[in-house]
Amino acid sequence: MVAVSAQEAAPVVAKAEVRGLNFYYSDFHALKAIDMPVYEKKVTALIGPSGCGKSTFLRSFNRMHDLYPGNRYEGEIRLFPDDVNVLAPGVDPIEVRMRISMVFQKPNPFPKSIYENVAYGLRVRGESRRVTLNEKVEEALRSAALWEEVKERLQEPAFNLSGGQQQRLCIARALATDPEILLFDEPTSALDPIATASIEELIHDLKNKVTIVIVTHNMQQAARVSDYTAYMYLGELIEFGVTDEIFIKPKKKETEDYITGRFG
Amino acid sequence: MEAARDLGAIRALIAKHKRWDMIFGLCGLLALMIGVLTFAALFVDMAIDGIPRLNWDFFTSFPSRKPAQAGILSAWVGSSLVMLVTAFFAVPLGVAAGIYLEEYAPKNWVTDVIEINITNLAGVPSIVYGLLALGLFVYQFGFGQSVLSAGLTLALLILPVVIVATREAIRSIPQGIREGAYALGSTQWQVCKDHIIPYSMPGILTGVIIGMARAIGETAPIITIGALTFIAFLPGAPLKAEPPFVSFEWLFSGFTVMPIQMFNWTSRPEAAFQQNAAAAGFVLVLMTLAMNGFAIWLRYSLRKKIKW
Ligand SMILES: Nc1ncnc2c1ncn2[C@@H]1O[C@H](COP(=O)(O)OP(=O)(O)OP(=O)(O)O)[C@@H](O)[C@H]1O
Ligand SMILES: [Mg+2]
Repeated sequence: MVAVSAQEAAPVVAKAEVRGLNFYYSDFHALKAIDMPVYEKKVTALIGPSGCGKSTFLRSFNRMHDLYPGNRYEGEIRLFPDDVNVLAPGVDPIEVRMRISMVFQKPNPFPKSIYENVAYGLRVRGESRRVTLNEKVEEALRSAALWEEVKERLQEPAFNLSGGQQQRLCIARALATDPEILLFDEPTSALDPIATASIEELIHDLKNKVTIVIVTHNMQQAARVSDYTAYMYLGELIEFGVTDEIFIKPKKKETEDYITGRFG
Repeated sequence: MEAARDLGAIRALIAKHKRWDMIFGLCGLLALMIGVLTFAALFVDMAIDGIPRLNWDFFTSFPSRKPAQAGILSAWVGSSLVMLVTAFFAVPLGVAAGIYLEEYAPKNWVTDVIEINITNLAGVPSIVYGLLALGLFVYQFGFGQSVLSAGLTLALLILPVVIVATREAIRSIPQGIREGAYALGSTQWQVCKDHIIPYSMPGILTGVIIGMARAIGETAPIITIGALTFIAFLPGAPLKAEPPFVSFEWLFSGFTVMPIQMFNWTSRPEAAFQQNAAAAGFVLVLMTLAMNGFAIWLRYSLRKKIKW
């Protein structure tokens, strides 16, 4: 909503605003009073040592925690422009997931054809016209930089693709539904360096289209792909800011220690 | 450098340990052979007695007082029809129950109790199902001593097998697949219909066929509900020339099944009937083996398309 950075030329607009978010796995208090904006058409990286709650935080955005019993949210994640709290009990998690999509750590294509994988989100939304499906599938595969590699074999099983291709297929699957926010949970941790580079490049290109939040363990990756970075530790948000500032001149000592590798 | 090791002693030790390998290997083989050879001996014995009796007429004749003219027509038709009814009821019920337990049921003590009961049901002696069916299907519902009653009874009998197979197949689907589908905005039913059911089909079908292979040889519950042992007619044809073209009369018809026909023949004093029994037994074992073989083939061919 408001410009925060003097370095950015265009005004940045908040796509979502996290306010006082607490999350509990039954009795375990996994996220503690998190306040943070997510800016529209920017890449926000979540970093921090293993177990600090990055995945937990990311999965709150699309209410994945609702799939398992005993999980509880407090606080708000407001989604703009309509200013709705996606965590409100009255909001259907399915509606939230229709707007906020997710790419997982391990590529998880469905055991269906390449085409059906990408088309699935559209089918869920009731789309069955062949022409529209074809169009959207091609568009999504192009956005995911996979079209050229698979256009001749759309009907082949998705499992025939390499790991990196599978992950780009999963990205295409998420993109086909025009999500407002795309969540990535360590999308390259199961991939080799070449596949990783292609996914990073893709994320870089995608931010013109969609707001991205990405969890990563890799400092270089966070520095390369993100505009904003949030450093988390033990369920708390320690520092949030423009990536360049976080990496060059962090305000908090803990952040600096983590980034320079003295810890974590 | 330390002193050269005493290689001789090490080798002696290894040799001693390997002797135990061999001893256990032999014991295991022996245990296996007792099982396999016993079955093989029984089967071969039955085949030697029965095969000479097998010819086209044997399959197309009704039972008769004259052993040489007796056949298994009513028995194999009866078995097939009963199996049809069994599958028709056991598959949808078992699959739906399995899916409900895995995907929908809240994880609480009620579900736990149901789970334990289902596992136990698989171990209930089949004659108990027969007694239940006699009271419920034959008398209470008034289905009589019919194909329908028998099919329902066997459906109950194999229901736990189908439920357990369904649940195991569902459990082998990685959680990542489910989460991937939910993350796209699927409802629970869309996840089941588009993912859970198709991906667990190989496992479910295998379980169903193995259950059916067990059911086809069941005798006790069928006798309990009062299947006839001497049947010289066929249930009414399911298709007819005049409208409404289909007929469900056969469901309420009296019937016999393969194991009962066998049982009937073995209880006769004449040696020629014993031969008939052996021939029928041979056919029954072949039917069971064919079903199991089909299950294995199905699992392999469907699994090839789905790898995790
Ligand atoms: N289903 C769960 N039930 C209970 N506690 C959980 C559950 N999942 C995660 N936790 C706990 O919540 C905390 C945060 O876990 P989370 O998976 O969000 O960490 P993370 O930052 O993503 O770690 P990593 O970098 O290793 O993926 C950890 O202490 C973890 O043990
Ligand atoms: Mg994680």
